[in-house]
Amino acid sequence: MNPINYLYLSALLFTIGGAGVLVRRNAIIVFMCVELMLNACNLAFVTFARLHGNLDGQIIAFFTMVVAAAEVVVGLAIIVTFFRSRHSASVDDASLMKL
Amino acid sequence: MTGTIHSLWTTAADSATPLDKIPTPKIEYAQLSPVLIVFGAAVLGILVEALLPRRSRYIAQLGVSVTGLAAAFAAIVALAADGYASAKSHIAAMGAVAVDGPALFLQGTIVLVALVAAFTFAERRLDPLAHGRRVDSFAAQGSTVPGSEQEKRAVRAGFTTTEVFPLLLFAVGGMMIFPAANDLLTLFVSLEVFSLPLYLLCALARRHRLLSQEAAVKYFLLGAFSSAILLFGVALLYGYAGTISYGGIADVISGTAKMTPALANTTANDSLLLIGGAMVVVGLLFKVAAVPFHMWTPDVYQGAPTPVTGFMAAATKVAAFGALLRLLYVVLPGIRWDWRPVMWGVAIATMVIGAIIAVTQTDVKRLLAYSSIAHAGFILAGVIALSPDGVSSVLFYLAAYSFVTLGAFAVVTLVRDAGGEATHLSRWAGLGRRSPLVAAVFAVFLLAFAGIPLTSGFAGKFAVFKAAAQGGAVPLVIIGVISSAIAAFFYIRVIVLMFFSEPQPGGPSVAVPSALTSTAIAAGVAVTLALGVAPQYFLDLAGKASVFVR
Repeated sequence: MNPINYLYLSALLFTIGGAGVLVRRNAIIVFMCVELMLNACNLAFVTFARLHGNLDGQIIAFFTMVVAAAEVVVGLAIIVTFFRSRHSASVDDASLMKL
Repeated sequence: MTGTIHSLWTTAADSATPLDKIPTPKIEYAQLSPVLIVFGAAVLGILVEALLPRRSRYIAQLGVSVTGLAAAFAAIVALAADGYASAKSHIAAMGAVAVDGPALFLQGTIVLVALVAAFTFAERRLDPLAHGRRVDSFAAQGSTVPGSEQEKRAVRAGFTTTEVFPLLLFAVGGMMIFPAANDLLTLFVSLEVFSLPLYLLCALARRHRLLSQEAAVKYFLLGAFSSAILLFGVALLYGYAGTISYGGIADVISGTAKMTPALANTTANDSLLLIGGAMVVVGLLFKVAAVPFHMWTPDVYQGAPTPVTGFMAAATKVAAFGALLRLLYVVLPGIRWDWRPVMWGVAIATMVIGAIIAVTQTDVKRLLAYSSIAHAGFILAGVIALSPDGVSSVLFYLAAYSFVTLGAFAVVTLVRDAGGEATHLSRWAGLGRRSPLVAAVFAVFLLAFAGIPLTSGFAGKFAVFKAAAQGGAVPLVIIGVISSAIAAFFYIRVIVLMFFSEPQPGGPSVAVPSALTSTAIAAGVAVTLALGVAPQYFLDLAGKASVFVR
């Protein structure tokens, strides 16, 4: 199968994730959409590694996974403290600073 | 092609390469010592947190942070004196990190900024005593719900979040690698290394915790979104060039790289390069808070604890502009005809929108946030110059701007009422009558932001606009000067408010800080005046440090 198809899939996943970040209201779902974008990047990296015949892209995919895991640790901590003080994880409720 | 790809991880049984033939990576520890010292101090800070009893952590953490940052600065000066900023500039760690003039200059700036910021982090005289104990600007316990019984218990027990010091150091370490990163993977990882601690620091305010947590959620979600965009850009650039090293990509763009069939296939289509480059630049523009990626800035600057805001506003901007400079000057000069018009538009929008929206602000921290957006536009004008003068003027501007910002936010921590900091502008009316010294110091910072002669802001703006004009961007300079004038209006308005209006009855009081914040503010004033009165020495220094290694 032509590896280019995986690039199309990766772009599609990235777009779904990006659209989700922009339209969804729950902070957890928004965050999951960001993770989807990171995984779309991983798919693009390994596909390009295959196309070019070098291993850089596969190595980067591992780094991305570690970074995504670290981001989950920090992000969930922040979202959970936010949820506990407001009993809601909706990003629409984060509006105390509106003029 | 299937054969070549499989030979990477399979091998014919008879010609197996022995494992000891794999080359060991060569790491130049001495050249990387500034970053290693900062990360070492951060790890030491974690151990302090784990092993020492609560009452002795504060002193130990402050000692570790200040010593670590001072040692890192000494290491940077030693490297620069050894010639790594000019003749011996070098790419260390197997092509991952550049050790050259811009990198060392920006790392020195970041470390000094962090040193001053560590003093403001450690300030414990401003808040009233909580159950007989002095407390800093950070929550007693970050995990407690604001206003809950649990939080009251933590305050009664005298807990303090001394973890902020290791978090600060980790952020500084990431920021130091960011402008020195010489491949796209290092760029991405260092971006995350400095962003993640900053998200946490934003959530830790002692007063107005709800605002602080809101700021952290916004910063985190938008920051993660932008770094995902940057990462997809990295993937596309890697797909275009088949390598992630800055020099390698630049070679492919200029057509001097060795062609392989795969490379001929991917470079046949410029859209990978253009979209990838654009997405990486968007990720960086988000960090420097350029319009239209500035939306998070006012909310995050307002909600975060003020010492954190000062550090973030100063150091993040330095690091991100450093990375942007290296990307545009080392990787993408081959497509400058494509990115320069776009950056023109971004610079103009940033200057104009930042200055105009700042006029309508009523909160000091939001005002400074929009002013930082406008300043990002001025710095972008220098970036667009695409000349050695452009690099040196941006370096100088960043050093000047970061100390003014730190000092200004340190002054904001002093003006307080019963609810904590009094950040509403109307509360600042008549401050000059009650506390002439504090108001005068703040006026110096505002004049520097406005770019009045004899302050560092003037020297910086002059250098940036001169470089931009010589680079052929005269219309940009004219728009820059006009938006400087608009910006000057609201800086002067605050000065008029402080000195020429009647003090409010029951207005805020000015807390008397300890030596820590006083040192921070004094450092801000000293750098502002020194760079304003005698800029030539520092301009020469920046000029000598303006050559990237490739």
